[in-house]
Amino acid sequence: MFAIYKKEMRSYFINPIGYVFTGIFLVFASLICCYTTILSASYDTSSYFTLMIFALIVLIPLLTMRLFAEERKMRTEQLLLTAPVTLTGMVVGKFLAALTMFVGCVAVSCINFIPLYVIANAERGNTSYDTTHIGPVSSQIIGGLIGLILIGAAFIAIGTFISSMTENQLAAAVITISVIIVLVLVGVVSQFVDVYWVRAVLDWISVLSRFGNFGNGIFDFASLFYYASIAFIFLFLTVRIYEKRRWG
Amino acid sequence: MIKIEHLIKNYGTNCAVDDISFEVEQGETVGFLGPNGAGKSTTMNILTGYLSATSGKVTISGIDILSDPLGAKKLIGYLPEQPPLYLDMTVDEYLNFNYELKGCTLSREHHLAEICEVVKITDVRKRVIRNLSKGYRQRVGIAQALIGNPSVIIFDEPTVGLDPKQIIEIRNLIRTLGKDHTVILSTHILQEVQAVCDRIIIINKGRIVADEKTENITRAVENNRRFNAKICGPQKDILALLKSMPGIIYAEALAEKDGDAYTYMIESEYGVDIRKKLFYTLSEKGWALVGLEALGMSLEDIFITVVDKSTADESRVSRYARRTDRKKKARTRTSLETDVAESLVEDAEKKREEEAEQSDTEDDED
Repeated sequence: MFAIYKKEMRSYFINPIGYVFTGIFLVFASLICCYTTILSASYDTSSYFTLMIFALIVLIPLLTMRLFAEERKMRTEQLLLTAPVTLTGMVVGKFLAALTMFVGCVAVSCINFIPLYVIANAERGNTSYDTTHIGPVSSQIIGGLIGLILIGAAFIAIGTFISSMTENQLAAAVITISVIIVLVLVGVVSQFVDVYWVRAVLDWISVLSRFGNFGNGIFDFASLFYYASIAFIFLFLTVRIYEKRRWG
Repeated sequence: MIKIEHLIKNYGTNCAVDDISFEVEQGETVGFLGPNGAGKSTTMNILTGYLSATSGKVTISGIDILSDPLGAKKLIGYLPEQPPLYLDMTVDEYLNFNYELKGCTLSREHHLAEICEVVKITDVRKRVIRNLSKGYRQRVGIAQALIGNPSVIIFDEPTVGLDPKQIIEIRNLIRTLGKDHTVILSTHILQEVQAVCDRIIIINKGRIVADEKTENITRAVENNRRFNAKICGPQKDILALLKSMPGIIYAEALAEKDGDAYTYMIESEYGVDIRKKLFYTLSEKGWALVGLEALGMSLEDIFITVVDKSTADESRVSRYARRTDRKKKARTRTSLETDVAESLVEDAEKKREEEAEQSDTEDDED
């Protein structure tokens, strides 16, 4: 498993795709951060995180589309499947590599918050009263980051699963984008639905609604469990896909 | 070392491997021979744990590939039909990845250097695989199979697409490996098995149609009993004499004519050297024997006959029509190839029956 993880990490960096992902991710993050906070003269980071989730629609497929599709096309999966490695080890190794790339980019994108703290510091120095909080709310930022990483993990698992079903990277990317769009838009659509129970169901499915508590700086254990189970289910299905192909 | 029992693999309604059983001893080099689509690759893929069989049992050195896949896979080095190379890695990176993937515990630097030396890729270790030629890529694939010093090495058509020099090099390499590894080699090139293997298993339509030591087949091929004789004299009389001569089971006048000499094809009985007798008989009559040429029987002929026979047996439809472009060869073929082929096929069938009986009695005992 570790060998596959290492190999995937290396291949992100000897192929353009890793740099493309990192580049687009960081540009998106800084532009969105700049637009939602500094240009809007606000310390509120919640819309930054919401928009970042939308950005994941295009970012995640970049990470996951080649994971299995390429191996299958190049017939290198035969090497992995005849090596003394379990299917679970192989799938988890690849998933962790993609997740590491994602978490790494999220960590680097944290520099976007530094200007907010600097500005807040300057502003605090100018005001004479310190009864109200000036500056970004750290707990909201940390909660948002954790939520973003969890959503990313769930989406990566979905992308991994889709990649294992096709040998065409483009098809994998397009299908992944569509699935993630549906998952994200369910939350948006639910706001326009008046029927209570439909709305409740949509909210329950929605990835966005679960994010709300994290965005407010609350560590929501139910949501954590929700995202973790999505990731687990899709990784499990990926293993099943390979198991089924073996018997096919 | 390797034991395959009643292996069956269905792809939907299509049966790719139909009840194959055989055993491979430690240190044996076995050639797996068959036309395209005979089930060679499927069998190899099942052996290596890439596919699972519909039914049947595969054990490598006593380890069942289904119940302990990791343990069995550790014993196998596998080079699939298309070498599984990551084109964007250098040879060194690729070998190191494989070293880690296989959880190899031998001293890394020494082991990899040794393998590179064996397959002669030391000078390209720093190069990216994408830029290597087909021959080098194949060798990198072989190097991959050797990592961890597995006791069983399986090659699926290792010389496809190589130039003649590379083919010879790879064959030599396989022969060297065969000395201290158990090697299974699949191919549809006959010289290859003849050159490399101790034993040949011919498979057609998912069934074993022949399983024989290479030397036996080679002996059958070498035990040559057919000649083209050029004899001066009246064609009719000579043909009549040849046909009546004891020891000759077949004679035929060919259309070739050289001066006043006609060419005849004769075949002697098994184990009889007809040449001296032929010479004296002819000289008695005053007909000069001006040429005597031994006709070889190629392994190809045996192979084609075996495969054809098994196919015909199965469908009860002769497949000879398929070979219209080889009319001439088919015409000159006599009973010899058929004999050898028949004996091979019968041997295999007998073996199968015996095994079936054995398993029946075992079942009864159960």
